Amino acid sequence: MNRVMSGNEAVSQAVKLSRVQVISAYPITPQTSISEKLSEICGSGEMDAKFVKVESEHSAMATLIGASSTGVRTFTATSSQGLALMQELLFWVSGARLPVVMVNVNRAMAAPWTIWCDQTDSVSQRDTGWLQFYCWSNQEILDSVICAFRIAEELLIPCMVCHDGFFISHTHEVLDIPEQNQVDAFLPPRKAEYKLDTANPRTFSGGTMPSMFMEFRYKVQAAFERAQGVIDQTYEQFEQAFGRGYHAVEAYYTDGAEILLIASGSAASTVYHTVRQMRESGRKVGLLRMRQLRPLPVEGVLKHLTDGAALAVIDRNLSPGTGGVFTQELRAALHRNGVDYRVHEFVGGLGGRDITAADIEKICDDLENKTADPAGINWVGLNR
Amino acid sequence: MATVEKTKSVEKQKSDVVLNYFRPRKKLPTVWCAGCGNGIVMSALIRAIDKLGYSKDEVAMVSGIGCTSRMPIYLDFSALHTTHGRALAFATGIKFAKPHMKVIVITGDGDCLAIGGNHFIHACRRNIDITAILINNHIYGMTGGQGSPTTPSGSISTTTPYGNVEKNFDPCKLAEAAGASFVARGTVYHTPQLEKAITKALDHNGFSLVEVISNCHTYYGRLNRRGDAVSMLNAFKENSVTTAKAKKLSPEEMEGKFLIGTLHEDDRTEFCDEYQKVVDAHMGEK
Ligand SMILES: Cc1ncc(C[n+]2csc(CCOP(=O)(O)OP(=O)(O)O)c2C)c(N)n1
Ligand code: SF4
Ligand SMILES: [Mg+2]
Repeated sequence: MNRVMSGNEAVSQAVKLSRVQVISAYPITPQTSISEKLSEICGSGEMDAKFVKVESEHSAMATLIGASSTGVRTFTATSSQGLALMQELLFWVSGARLPVVMVNVNRAMAAPWTIWCDQTDSVSQRDTGWLQFYCWSNQEILDSVICAFRIAEELLIPCMVCHDGFFISHTHEVLDIPEQNQVDAFLPPRKAEYKLDTANPRTFSGGTMPSMFMEFRYKVQAAFERAQGVIDQTYEQFEQAFGRGYHAVEAYYTDGAEILLIASGSAASTVYHTVRQMRESGRKVGLLRMRQLRPLPVEGVLKHLTDGAALAVIDRNLSPGTGGVFTQELRAALHRNGVDYRVHEFVGGLGGRDITAADIEKICDDLENKTADPAGINWVGLNR
Repeated sequence: MATVEKTKSVEKQKSDVVLNYFRPRKKLPTVWCAGCGNGIVMSALIRAIDKLGYSKDEVAMVSGIGCTSRMPIYLDFSALHTTHGRALAFATGIKFAKPHMKVIVITGDGDCLAIGGNHFIHACRRNIDITAILINNHIYGMTGGQGSPTTPSGSISTTTPYGNVEKNFDPCKLAEAAGASFVARGTVYHTPQLEKAITKALDHNGFSLVEVISNCHTYYGRLNRRGDAVSMLNAFKENSVTTAKAKKLSPEEMEGKFLIGTLHEDDRTEFCDEYQKVVDAHMGEK
């Protein structure tokens, strides 16, 4: 069934179709309409789930830790300051191996106060042990949330699905909404092997001595190492069931590309349209859209990397002192794979500033004319 | 004739007082909806400060996030605009570092009692000399009308679309129980009384709370069919009872009403003073 809806409504639809049992959230712009819609459909009985209205994001995640420990399917959504407030518990969820799924609507971190988009909020949580996905369309959000439950429950690793505040959360698109029975077949109820159960009492997350702690961490790392396989397989089965597929890295116009731009989220769609136009005028430019930060899909990049192409990442985030996080992660991953390849770093779009088609053309010009700084940050649209 | 002129000049003087305290170059109007109670509280606060004769430089205003919490942005005092719910914690740092300053926290029901509830009870317990003005409009205004810890049971909000099943806080009782040494309640209808309550609170040495019952007609009013700003203000008039009058009323007559006026006052030693005592005692020992 086709329907027009916003990015945030797509989230609520996906959560409903995924038959989540406990939801807890605290309002924050631009996430708020997700929690409003979910509280409405939980209250009306349209969705058979409990919505727990809490006093902060920290409590929201704590509520989910409790609920998820009993074996039920759980969900929350937040943005920026709310995500940061949850951080203590983000580590907890992952360490406790709870398959919580969360949507983060990307918004810059204060100070100074802002409600506008950038991805510093979620990328800065990369060490907390969550899988991270970045979407560029409302359809992709809906599909990714459904897939996220399967992936999280298979790996026992929590999943964060991110989309850009306002650019995606509040824009409307036509979506193909799957039927409930199709989703039920793809996503069966959660089967928790370890849970709070009076018939088989267990204690979780108790004090751990140095003789054991590292093994817990090792197992989380091991799960991350097999994550890409599980993710790829899940999306393949999703494609078989629903006729729509996604890859960890999506390649557009990469044939014979002399310039390859890497981007994620809504910026990637601007890059896509610019690249398409530039191809029409004969310039050999391509796009690699990164759908994941954790695990970083380096194989996907390597697969499409034509030797000699100028490679550049456009980061809508900043880790002060190093630069854009996607860039740093990619450089490290290439090095780990024994690939010595120059990655140019472009940082822009912070705090909601547009990354325009003109910006992207200028990036391409700078790469072509070799006027881009090969090592340091190239700032996009900065007023100095 | 003379009286008319006198009234006019008093009024002029009153509005001038408010204008004197706006931040220069700050663009007006405010972001608040027309008729929002926040503006009434802001002018009552300015008049109280003016009456007490504080210089602008000795006042520090601290706020978190919410429609209410935008107030310090408009006013010409030292101001710290902080994270949601944490204003009292930031304010504690300011007061402790600069005990001579008059530290005022402007907060909303969500900011103060939901995400900031823990800071609130601990500021009360410590009895630090901060004045908290809590504008209680029974809803999260800024984010678009979600239920807060003061949303009355049964009320509609966007996160309680079928009626709130939770019980709401009484912030004044909470403050008193937690140890605040001055607690008062006012409304945006009773402006002269509000100005007095704020004056008393500012003058009090210790943690003081003024809860102001206010109107968010845009969300709370609309969702709960309470009419426009004026009808909400009239309801505050009808449903409030002064502490003096309440003494003469039976519990049945008080049903559905709320108290306004000073609800609690004691002279427990203030936190910075108590701390100084310890310092003095031990420095003396050396
Ligand atoms: C950590 C965090 N979570 C959520 C928010 C979003 N937020 C901003 S204001 C607000 C509610 C404000 O309500 P209240 O304090 O009652 O103020 P009002 O707008 O009603 O005056 C919320 C939830 C935020 N800024 N930071
Ligand atoms: S939304 Fe409500 S609280 Fe906010 S300015 Fe408007 S009336 Fe006031
Ligand atoms: Mg409020």
